Amino acid sequence: MSDTNAKITEEIRAKARELLSSGEIAAFLGFTSGSLPMTTRPFVAKRPGDADKLIWNSFCVMNLANYLPALLESLEPPRGPKDPPPAGPLPKVGVVATGCCSRNIVVQMQERQVDRSRLVILGVSSRGMVDRKKVMAAAEGREPLKVEEGGHTLKVSGRDYELEIDRWSAVRDNCLTCAHNNPVISDYLIGPVSNRDVKDRFAQIEAIEAMPANARWKWFTDEIASCIRCYACRNACPLCYCPTCFVDDSRPQWVGKSTEPADTALFHILRAFHCAGRCTDCGACESACPMGIKMRLFTRKLSKDAFNLFGAEAGLDPQAQPPLATYRPDDPEEFLIVEEKK
Amino acid sequence: MTKNPYLPYPARIDDVAVETEDGNIKTFRIVFENERDRATWRHTPGQFAMLSIAGKGEIPIGIASSPTEEGFVLFTVNRAGVVTTALHQIEKGTRIGIRGPLGNGFPVDGAMRGKNILIIAGGFAFTTLRATLIYLLAHRANYGKITVVYGARTPGMLLYKDEFKAWQGLDGLDLNVTIDREAPGWSGLVGFVPTITERVAPSPENAAALICGPPIMIKFTMPPLEKIGWQDDQVYLSLENRMKCGLGVCGHCNVGPVYVCKNGPVFTREQVKKLPIEF
Amino acid sequence: MNILRLDINGLLDCLSSWAGGQELYGPVKDGWRRISRDGLEAVVSIPPGAPKAPIKTFFLAQPETLFTFSARHGDDDAWIPTPPKEAPNRRVLFGVRPCDARSIALNSMPYRDDPYYQARMDKTAVVGLSCNETCSTCFCKSVGGSPYGTEGLDILLTKADGGFIAEVLTSKGEGLLEKGTGTPAGDGDMARLKALRDAAQAGTSDTQALSASFKAKNLMQLYNARLWQGLSEPCLNCGACTFLCPTCYCFDIQDEVVRQAGRRIRYWDSCMFPLFTLHASGHNPRGEKIKRVRNRFMHKLKYFTERFGALSCVGCGRCIRECPVNIDIREVIRDLLSVE
Repeated sequence: MSDTNAKITEEIRAKARELLSSGEIAAFLGFTSGSLPMTTRPFVAKRPGDADKLIWNSFCVMNLANYLPALLESLEPPRGPKDPPPAGPLPKVGVVATGCCSRNIVVQMQERQVDRSRLVILGVSSRGMVDRKKVMAAAEGREPLKVEEGGHTLKVSGRDYELEIDRWSAVRDNCLTCAHNNPVISDYLIGPVSNRDVKDRFAQIEAIEAMPANARWKWFTDEIASCIRCYACRNACPLCYCPTCFVDDSRPQWVGKSTEPADTALFHILRAFHCAGRCTDCGACESACPMGIKMRLFTRKLSKDAFNLFGAEAGLDPQAQPPLATYRPDDPEEFLIVEEKK
Repeated sequence: MTKNPYLPYPARIDDVAVETEDGNIKTFRIVFENERDRATWRHTPGQFAMLSIAGKGEIPIGIASSPTEEGFVLFTVNRAGVVTTALHQIEKGTRIGIRGPLGNGFPVDGAMRGKNILIIAGGFAFTTLRATLIYLLAHRANYGKITVVYGARTPGMLLYKDEFKAWQGLDGLDLNVTIDREAPGWSGLVGFVPTITERVAPSPENAAALICGPPIMIKFTMPPLEKIGWQDDQVYLSLENRMKCGLGVCGHCNVGPVYVCKNGPVFTREQVKKLPIEF
Repeated sequence: MNILRLDINGLLDCLSSWAGGQELYGPVKDGWRRISRDGLEAVVSIPPGAPKAPIKTFFLAQPETLFTFSARHGDDDAWIPTPPKEAPNRRVLFGVRPCDARSIALNSMPYRDDPYYQARMDKTAVVGLSCNETCSTCFCKSVGGSPYGTEGLDILLTKADGGFIAEVLTSKGEGLLEKGTGTPAGDGDMARLKALRDAAQAGTSDTQALSASFKAKNLMQLYNARLWQGLSEPCLNCGACTFLCPTCYCFDIQDEVVRQAGRRIRYWDSCMFPLFTLHASGHNPRGEKIKRVRNRFMHKLKYFTERFGALSCVGCGRCIRECPVNIDIREVIRDLLSVE
C-alpha cells in the first residue's frame, strides 16, 4: 500500500471508529479488502471494532452512493406501508465519498433519494482508480498474484514473473478525463486534495462521433456483442433505482429477454438515455461489467450533450434541478426543427 | 424419451362461465382437439396444468374438474397477470394449449382413503378442492364423513354456487358455507373461516384435512384445529409459487430443496414446517 | 479405455479433421469460438484456468426455441406447436477443462429427461485438456473434481513430455479418432499420468468429503445462519455469477411473436433477480436481497447436494474472478461448514 493510501486508511478508520463509538452514526459505509489482488468489497461497519476492516486503495471502484438509500431504510424502525414516518431524527450513516460518489449523493438529494441530514460524509480526493482489466492486459494473460501500489507505480507479480507499470497507464478511462476528483460535499476531508486540469474531457467521445455512421454502428454492436444481460452495470449504478426497471416490466414488455442483438442494443441505449444529465461518470458500470464492455462511453456521450446543450454537469449543486427535469426559455431546440422535404 | 414435455396439447375453450360478481374469476371448460390426447389425459385432484395462450405465454392453473368428469377439463382462473388477463379476454371456441397434468395432487387414493375428510377453503382457492370433492362423492364408499368449510368475502364471491346448492343435504356431507360480513339476502353462515372451523370442531379421529386459501386464513385456521387434536401430518396444504417449466428444472418455484411444481403443490403441514418460508 | 500418445502434429491433424468434418469450438481469449482449419494454432496453447464464457452455452442455448407457432387468427394451424425440425449440428468442443466437463455431467442430472438438452448432448463430443497448471481461483479438488478429472469427457488430453497423452474415454471419443491416430501409450506414459494424478490429489481429502459434510448439515440451521446478512450486504444482485457459472442452469420461458410468427423460447434466468419469484399478486417469496443471495448458495451447496448427491459447483472460480464486489464462494463454503 502506498503511503498516501495507508494514511487515508488510518484516518478513515479513526473517524469511523469515533463516529460509531459516539453513537453519531449507526453504520459506516466504506470498503474492505477482497480475496484477490485488485479487488475490494463495499462494507458496512456497525460496531467500532469493525472500523479496523476498512481500507482505502486504488481499487475502490464501486460507487458507495448506490448502497445508501437501502442502507438508510434498513436502519429505520420497521413500519407498515400505511404507518406514518417515525417522529424525531432517524439514524445516520457515515460514508466515504470521492468526487464522483459525492456528486451521486447530490443527485440523490436532488431526486429525493437520500436525506443529507442523515449522512456524515468523509470526503476523499480521488487520485484516479485503477482498472484491473488494464493491469491484467499488461500482464499479458499471466495471473497477477500480488499487486503492490507505490506512489506512481504498480508492482505486479505472479508465478515466474514480476513487472512494474506506470500507475497512470492503468487508471480507469473515466478517471483519466475526470475534472471533479474532489468531493463536492463533505463533512470531513480526509487526505490531501489535488486539483486536476483536464483539457480533453470529451476526447474519447469526439473520436467516436467522428466515425461515419455505419462504422459507429459497427463499433457499438461489437462493443455490446459479449453482453450477457447480467445487469451488473445497471445494478452498480446509483442512478438506477426504479422499483421496476423497463427491462423487467411485463405489462407491456418493452425489451426481449435473451441476448438477441436487438434486445441487448435496446437495453444499452435506453439505459444510457435514462442516465442523461444525471450521470457523474463514476465508471462503476464498467468496473462491474464482467465482460469488459465499455458502456460508460454511451453515458458519456449523453453527458457531453447535456453539457453542450444545457451547460449542465450532474451532481454539482444540491439546489439545482437536473437539466432534463427543468425548462428554460433559452433551451436549445434545434432537434425540433425539421427541414421540409423538397 | 418418448414425449417432449414442453409441447402443449392443442385444445379449445368449450365454455366460459363467470363465477364471481366482480367478474375477475371465470371457469373455462376445455376440450382436447386430438382424441389421442383426450384419451391419454389422466389427472388426480390437486394437480395443475399449464395453460398456453398464443404469444402471451403459459400459466400454471389448478385443475378444477374431477377425473370422474370425462370429456373436458375445467379451470377456474383469477385475472391477475399477463396470461390470465389474456385468457379472460378470449372467446369461446378459441384454441389454446394445455400441458400437464403436473404436480402430485391430493392422496385421494392413498392416505385419504377410508378416512373422514375435512375440506377448508377461502375465496378463490376452492378450485382443486372442487375437483377433490366431486371425486370423493363419486367414490363415496371409500371415504367417511366429509365436512366442508368454505368462505368468501361476499355471497357474490363464492365459486360454484349452483353446485353447492345441489350438494346441500347429501348424506354424510356437512357443508358450511360462510361469508365474512352480513349481506342482504344472505341467510347462511357469517364469519371468517377460522371462526366457523372452531364452531364446527371437526374431529381429528381417523381424518385428513385439506386446506387451501390465503396464507392469513391458513395461519388463523390452524390454532383451533390444533386445540382439538389435529396433527400436522393429517393436514394437507397446496402451495403456490411462480412456475415456468412445471417439471422441477427451471428453478422458479423452489422452496428450499423442494420444487412446488414437482414435489408439490400438495404438502403435509409437517413437510411445510421443515421448509424455509419462501412461498 | 484406450490410451494413446499424440505428438503436436498428430493433434493438429485431429483438429483439422474435426474442423472440416463438423463444427469445432475452442477457448479463444475469454470466449468459445468456432475454430476453422486455418485457425488451429489458436487453440493448441490455452492459458491455465477456465475461459470466462461458460461451457453451458453449448447445451443450454441462449435462447433455445422450444417450438414455433402461427399467431395468425384464422390459420388452421394457429397455435399448433411445431417443435424445431433442425437437429443441432455435430460438433467437437476442444480444450475443455475438467471442471467445465464436470459441469456438463452435473447439469445432465436435472436435464436427464430434457429433449433439447439431450439432443445437444448427443451431437457434441467433448475433448478435455487437463490442468498441469492452475489459477489461484481454481478449487476443483475441494468440490469433488480433479485437474485430471475425466467426468463428462469423451477424450482427455494431458500435456506430457512435449506431446499429449490421450485417454479415450467413450465410444464417442473412439469415433473421433481416425484409425492410425497416435501410437499406443507406453508404460512410461501410464506411469507419468498416474504420477500427475497422484500429485494433484496429494494433500486433499476424499473427493466426496465436502458433499458429505453438506449433506450432514441441518438445512434450516444453514438457512438461518448469521453469515447471510454480511454476505449479502455488498451484493449488487446482478446476474454475473449465475450467468457465468457453468452449473447455474435456471431458465425462464417466454413467447415472442414477430409478424404473427410466434416462438416459445427458454433463456437463462437468475435467482438473483427479484422478478424470478414474483407472484402475479405482487407477493414475492424472495423479495429481499438476502433471501436471493442465500438461495443461490444454498442451492449450490445444500439443495442440489441433497437432491443429486454432489455439489452444484465445480470449482472453476469464475464467480470469484468476475463478481464486481468479490463475493467469494470459497469463503461461503468455509463459513457454512463452521455453522453449528
